[in-house]
Amino acid sequence: MRGVDLDVMAGEKLGIVGESGSGKSLTVLSVLRLLPDPPVRLLGGSITYAGQDLAAMDEKQLASVRGKEIAMVYQDPMSSLNPLLRVSTQIIETMSAHGVPKDTARRRCREVLHQVGMADPDRVAVAFPHELSGGMLQRVMIAMAVAVSPRVLIADEPTTALDVTIQRQILDLVEALHETSGMAVVWVTHDLGVVAQFVDRVLVMYAGRIVERASTAQLFSRPAHPYTKALIGTLPRDGAAHRSALVQIGGQPPDPARLGQGCPFRDRCPIAVDRCAHEEPPLLPAGEDSVAACWRVEG
Amino acid sequence: MVMQVARRVSSMIVTLFGVSIIIFLILRLLPGNEVTASLGVSAGLLSRAQLAALDRYYGIGQPFYAQYGSWLGSVLTGNLGVSLASRTSVASLVGAALPVTLELAIAAMLIGEVIGVVFGVLGALRPAKLLDDVGQGISVFGLAVPTFVIGTGLVTFLASVFHYFPSSQGFVSITVNPWLNIQQIFFPALTLGLGIGAAVMRSTRTAMLEVIGLNFARTARGKGLSRRTVVWKHLLLAALVPIVTMSGIQLGYLLGGTVVVEDIFVLPGLGRLLLTSIDNRDFAVVQSVTLIYAAGFVFVNMLVDLLYTWIDPRTRA
Repeated sequence: MRGVDLDVMAGEKLGIVGESGSGKSLTVLSVLRLLPDPPVRLLGGSITYAGQDLAAMDEKQLASVRGKEIAMVYQDPMSSLNPLLRVSTQIIETMSAHGVPKDTARRRCREVLHQVGMADPDRVAVAFPHELSGGMLQRVMIAMAVAVSPRVLIADEPTTALDVTIQRQILDLVEALHETSGMAVVWVTHDLGVVAQFVDRVLVMYAGRIVERASTAQLFSRPAHPYTKALIGTLPRDGAAHRSALVQIGGQPPDPARLGQGCPFRDRCPIAVDRCAHEEPPLLPAGEDSVAACWRVEG
Repeated sequence: MVMQVARRVSSMIVTLFGVSIIIFLILRLLPGNEVTASLGVSAGLLSRAQLAALDRYYGIGQPFYAQYGSWLGSVLTGNLGVSLASRTSVASLVGAALPVTLELAIAAMLIGEVIGVVFGVLGALRPAKLLDDVGQGISVFGLAVPTFVIGTGLVTFLASVFHYFPSSQGFVSITVNPWLNIQQIFFPALTLGLGIGAAVMRSTRTAMLEVIGLNFARTARGKGLSRRTVVWKHLLLAALVPIVTMSGIQLGYLLGGTVVVEDIFVLPGLGRLLLTSIDNRDFAVVQSVTLIYAAGFVFVNMLVDLLYTWIDPRTRA
């Protein structure tokens, strides 16, 4: 991964979109320095939160940011909780780690479980993870994340492992929590539909790079990068004949470990020119609040 | 939970019943009996009538099942019989020896678990670094060198180099002289503990390496728990089932090991009692002590099974 420049404003909703393997998850995991090391390692760059560089912090300092300032919800709720500890234990220990007294934490645990839509918070609190469904577990994860009122919530494809009907509920839940608490939300997804309804701003990633950054409205009305255009083109449209084939983007994404010089998208790009094979394009202004990594953008 | 305990206890009783039959039969297969054991060659001087009287007195002439029945009946009513060699009740001999062996076993287990779990966890956190190598070294040594070699080596080394041999003063119980007692127990416990620690370390290290990369570990770090909490609460708990399994197996070996180690370090425990009784053909003592060892083994196994359920809620039916 290279040149990934990501910033979130307080209270903002940011979407990160890209296909599998484009580096979305690694990007957000690196924010809290949770990369699986080995094989992945942070080699350079800075991660700045409220003026502090997280990349330079030791584990102890990081622990005071993790969960308290920036909380995360992960892809697979079924494996993201400790199977041997009760739900309440895991929520309460999060608060205890950030200095919340035991009594308050116990009360707050019940409160947040109720807040994430548990009909019977007391029963869920004493349950072990294997006794709950995937959707409920993801709600527990969200409850655990918001229990200490973080200023940023990073949701790494929180609905991919869940039923379609549950996906909608989780999305609405996070939207509601965002409304009431004003925390910033970073939503990682491969689903452009989610992005369209939910976030203010979008980063599009391809082969470990950001290829376009734009406001949601701009992205859908005037996509600048050919990859973004192709992605939007693959969305099934209302009104189109139901039997019509789904549109695909031809070719395969490159192996990020074996990228040569030039634009990583050039092999699949309909408008590639000679220059694309030799020089990798930087992010160039492509509109009012939009930048795109493409030599062919008309600024 | 209650049902589970009840099931376990009943299967434990059945096992012990089987074990008692095997012990009884094996001892009857030994050549010689109480009479030849207590009188030695002079048993040959007895007249036929005298022999028959003695056989009747000891019940030797009866069929095996009758002998077994009367033994089992007495054991169940708490009467372990009388030792022929010392002419005292087996219960009082066992009563004196059992605490020594229990103390030794508990101390050995503690030493083994501490060595095993600490080095296993720390080794898994930084594989192939110094601490891991030290742990692996201890582990190879503990697994490869038999208890009797470590034991005799320790005794010889301490006695010849430091003129230190706490057992020479005769064993004292922990209530009489705690400091001397601890010195007397420590080295035999260390001898046994090294072997246990070696095996426990292996399981701990492997189990920790398996859970260290799992998603819930990332969650635990990601929500701001200290490294210590992540490792010693979340990871160790998840790795505990294989560790407990290995510890149970080791505790089984440990019971056998106490026999050897008690002999080397001159501790008046069950193991020494068993050895001297075998030499003396003191059937009543051998039967009872073997049965106690077997009961200890079966009890530990039951405990391990119940621990699983307690640790892992997913195994609760």
